[in-house]
This record gives sequence, structure tokens and C-alpha cells, in this order.
Amino acid sequence: MNSVIELENLGVRFGSLQVLKGLTGSFSGRSIGLLGPNGAGKTTLLHCLLGFHPPSEGTARIFGRDILTDGSEIRGLIGYMPERDSFVAGMSAVRLTRLMAELSGLPPREALERAHEALFYVGLNEARYRKLETYSLGMKQMAKLAQAIVHGPRLLLLDEPTNGLDPPHRNRMIKLIQEIRDSGKANLIISSHLLRDVEECCDEVLILKDGEIATYCNLEEERRANLRFIEIETQRGNATFAEAVGNLGCEVAVLSDRKIKMVLPENVRVRDLFQVAVEQNMQIRRLDYKRDSLQDIFLKAMGVSHGGL
Amino acid sequence: MAVFERHYTPYEGTLTPRKTRFLILSAYSYREILSSKLFIVFLAAWGLWTLLILPILIYLPHNLGFLDNFGVAPEAVKNIFKYDAKFFFWWFMYPSMWVAFLSALIVGPALVSADLRNNGLPLYLARPFGRWEYMLGKSAVMLILLSAITWIPGLFLFAFQSYMEGWDWFSSHLRIAVGISFTSWIWIVQLCVISLALSAYLKWKPVARLALVLIFIVLPRIGDVLNLLLSTSWGSVIDQREMTLIIGRGLFGVGSPSTVPTPVAWLSLIVFCAACVGLMAKKVRAYEVEKS
Repeated sequence: MNSVIELENLGVRFGSLQVLKGLTGSFSGRSIGLLGPNGAGKTTLLHCLLGFHPPSEGTARIFGRDILTDGSEIRGLIGYMPERDSFVAGMSAVRLTRLMAELSGLPPREALERAHEALFYVGLNEARYRKLETYSLGMKQMAKLAQAIVHGPRLLLLDEPTNGLDPPHRNRMIKLIQEIRDSGKANLIISSHLLRDVEECCDEVLILKDGEIATYCNLEEERRANLRFIEIETQRGNATFAEAVGNLGCEVAVLSDRKIKMVLPENVRVRDLFQVAVEQNMQIRRLDYKRDSLQDIFLKAMGVSHGGL
Repeated sequence: MAVFERHYTPYEGTLTPRKTRFLILSAYSYREILSSKLFIVFLAAWGLWTLLILPILIYLPHNLGFLDNFGVAPEAVKNIFKYDAKFFFWWFMYPSMWVAFLSALIVGPALVSADLRNNGLPLYLARPFGRWEYMLGKSAVMLILLSAITWIPGLFLFAFQSYMEGWDWFSSHLRIAVGISFTSWIWIVQLCVISLALSAYLKWKPVARLALVLIFIVLPRIGDVLNLLLSTSWGSVIDQREMTLIIGRGLFGVGSPSTVPTPVAWLSLIVFCAACVGLMAKKVRAYEVEKS
């Protein structure tokens, strides 16, 4: 698969403060989540990719184009939704979106047409004629998304897209992001500190800590792998049950008299465990997939003990 | 991404030329500016002066018979004006500088502040559109507008007078055309960079307007006080309008009452403009970074 972003020892320094340190890697996910605590360098990485902050060392490539030499061409392929309130006072949403489309190179007629379409797409409908300073926070977020997609970019950079949204607006935003992702016509990079948003919208996660890459993982693969981890609670002592399950080829760890954990091999299914339980005359009181949630992955990357595997 | 379909669709049509995209900003700004009826009336009044009243003043002495029809003695009009550098300087150049200043006061402070105050710049600069193109687009608004107020009607009047008087007058008064062009451009560039820099730095239209008034109205008075107190003329170097007039008077050849030498006037203008450009370059960024 072609890389969306390649980082090559990328570093960004503000004065004496090294914000990004030697980031290296190749990322090809359809939707990449950028996670990290405050100050980890998520927004700085996005700004560096957009050419707002020049790298102090190394470089990055987006769709094979170097940010040092092809900045303008790269920005033609990108749509950016900033984290903070960003608008031009006195302009209606449709006028701002049209202006942004024209600055991206669309002829005036097409720009106007697509501005209306983009604003309809994000659900602003008749509100698109209102001035942006009269918008609620949720509407402003939608208008920012509209201006980011109006020129049909190949890569969308969304910085905290659900920031400050109430549940209905958040759900709407998540749905739109999922639709764009599933259309397969644009890649997404979503910077967020909300794990739930990233879990719902992304298939890959890049976790930054102190300006360095702490973890990069494919959430789909993690989820598939997690299906093989199982935790069982039985009614009574489980030594014979654990031995029988072990004979099936499972790796078993006895946690307590009534709890065992296991990893199922490819050829063993969950129904086989129930079969063994029947044979052993053993009641299974609880069976959980030991999901290694994004929270677990994040906490592991942050080096925080969380009592997981 | 048709409205009824509500799907995300990439754009695959043709793109406009990159080199002229900065004019999109100017066009949008003009739509805002020209939506003010008061400003249009103001421009129309100046247009009336430069394109009607002054041409009539130039026309009448060459067509004295026309006055006979109204019972006016031709001699009464013939010697009112002498159409030389002084006429063009005092009747056109000097008022045009004030009109240009008032226009800059109305238009300039709003140009950048509206974008910076609400963090609008990242939206512009995340596109194939750089900081210098942004500044060029905003500057073009001022350059075109102030040109229409100053040197364009000025050269029209000069051409009209030359047409009336003939080749000899034209060739012997060519420095008037040079004076109109150069003085106008010096003034335009100054007003442009100072008002844009104030707009970018102060981010609030009324405050930027006030600062513009301070620089062009109050600062010269402070210079006068300094001149008076210290019995010198060097206090005038902080008066940007006076510095422009010193250069302008030199170009028109109408004499300079000021004792500030012309090279010092140039230096003062260059330093002031360079400082403003530096300020703009610092402020017109997608995000400001506090360096520790």
C-alpha cells in the first residue's frame, strides 16, 4: 500500500524547546488517529505537514511529495480543519467556503456550487447564509469541516474535530468523518485527545509522547487479535477445567480459584470451550473477550500501569 | 457532492492559474468596501473634482468664446490660473494626498484585522496560497484604490492640459507628470504598508484607525513642538506626510520651505516602511510561536 505520510527523522524546534524529536515512520492508513497528551506535539506535527512550522531537522513526505520542496503542491491536496475558532468576521458561511474553494484553485462558478454542496453536506442548510460570528460552537465546527472539504482534498487533517460539541453535534461530526473515510476518496488524519472519537473513526493510531512516537498500531489488527483473548469465570474450582482447555491447545493462566485467562489458537472456537465445560460438568458464569481497548494501548504507550495484560 | 446526493466527492475539474490567485482576495475585499454607500459618495465627490471641475478649469481658458455665451468677460477668467507645476501640485497633488489618506483610513485597518482577530489565517495558508501572496492580495486593494485617487486622474489632467496647450507645453512641463507619478506612488506605498501593518498588529479596526490618525495627524504636531522647543527642523523627520511633500516639492520643482534635506526624507520614509513590512511579516503567520 502506498504511504500517505512518511516521516524521516522529523524534528521541530521552537527556540530552545524541541517539540518534535526525530519522528520516523511510514503511515498508510485510510484514517489515522493522532493521539497524545496535551503538549505531545500532535498539532505541531499537523502544522509542520502544512508548512506552518518548518522542520528543524529531517523531513516528511505526503503522497510522496516532500514538505520542504513541494509545500504548495501538498497544500493543494490537503483540507485542514483547525482546532481553534477560525473564521473571517462579517462573512457568511457560504461566502467564506466559496472564498476558500477559489483560493484552492476552483473557478468562481464551481467554487460557489461546491460551497453550497459542502455546507449542505455538513448539515448547515439554510444557516449557510448567516454570518459566522452568529453561529453556535457546533455550527462553527461544521463550517470549518465544510471549508476543509469544499475543494475535495485527497487528505483531510482534522484537529480536534469534536472539541466542545454537545452529543448530537458530536454524533453528527463522527458520522460525517466515518462517511468520508468509508467513501475511500480521501485519507484522514484526526488529531484528538478523545480516545472514543479515534476508536470510532480511525483504523490506525499514532501515539505521540513528549514529541516522540510512543506507539503506532493498526486498530483493526488489534481488535482481531483481541478476539483470541478470553477470560472465564466458573462456578467452582477450575483446575481440571483449565487442564482440559490446555489440552485443546490453549495457553492458559489461572488467575484465581474461579477465574482463568486464555489465548485461543486459530483452530479452537469458543463453542469448543463450552463443550469442554459440559464434559467437565462445569458452569461458566461469565465469559469476556479481554479487549485490549484503545485506552489500554494509550496507557501502555504512556507508560502508565493499568492492571491489564 | 451534489446537494441531493450528500456524498463526499473529490474535485476533478480545471484549476485557475496560481499566479493571479492573490487577486481573489482583492476582489472579495472590494465587494466589502464598495458595499458602503458613504464611501462611494466620498469617491464620487473626489471624482467630480478631478474628472469634472479641474478639467473645466483647464478647458475654459482655452475656449474663452464659450464664456461669452454666459456673459462672462473672458479676461476675468484667463489670468486666474497659471497652468504650471504649482497649479498641479496645490490644486491636485496636495488634496489628492489627503483624499488618499482618508480612503486608507476607511479601508486599510479592516483589511487584515478581520482575518487575524478570528484566527482566519490558517484557513488561507493551509491552501496553495502563501503569506506573501496573502499580503500582495491585501496590498493590491490599497494600491489599486489609491492609484485611482492619485496618479491616474493626475496623469489624465496632465494629458488633458498637454492636449490643450500643445507639444511645447508638454515637453517643457514633463516633470509635472514625473512628480505626479512618483509622489503618488511614494504616498500610496506608505499608506499601504503602514495601514496594513497597523491592521495586522492591532487586530482591531477602530484602534488601528486611531493609530493611523496618531501617525499622520498627531505625530507631525509633536514634531512641530520639538522643532519649536529645540529651534530645529529635524523634528519633522517623524512627519511622514511632510517627508513625502519634501520629495514631491523637489520633483515638481515648487521649492521646499523645509530645511530637512531630501535624502533624509527618503531615509525616514524607507526606515518607516521597512519597519512596517517587518511587522507585517511577523504578524501575518498561520500561528504565532512564543520562542522560549
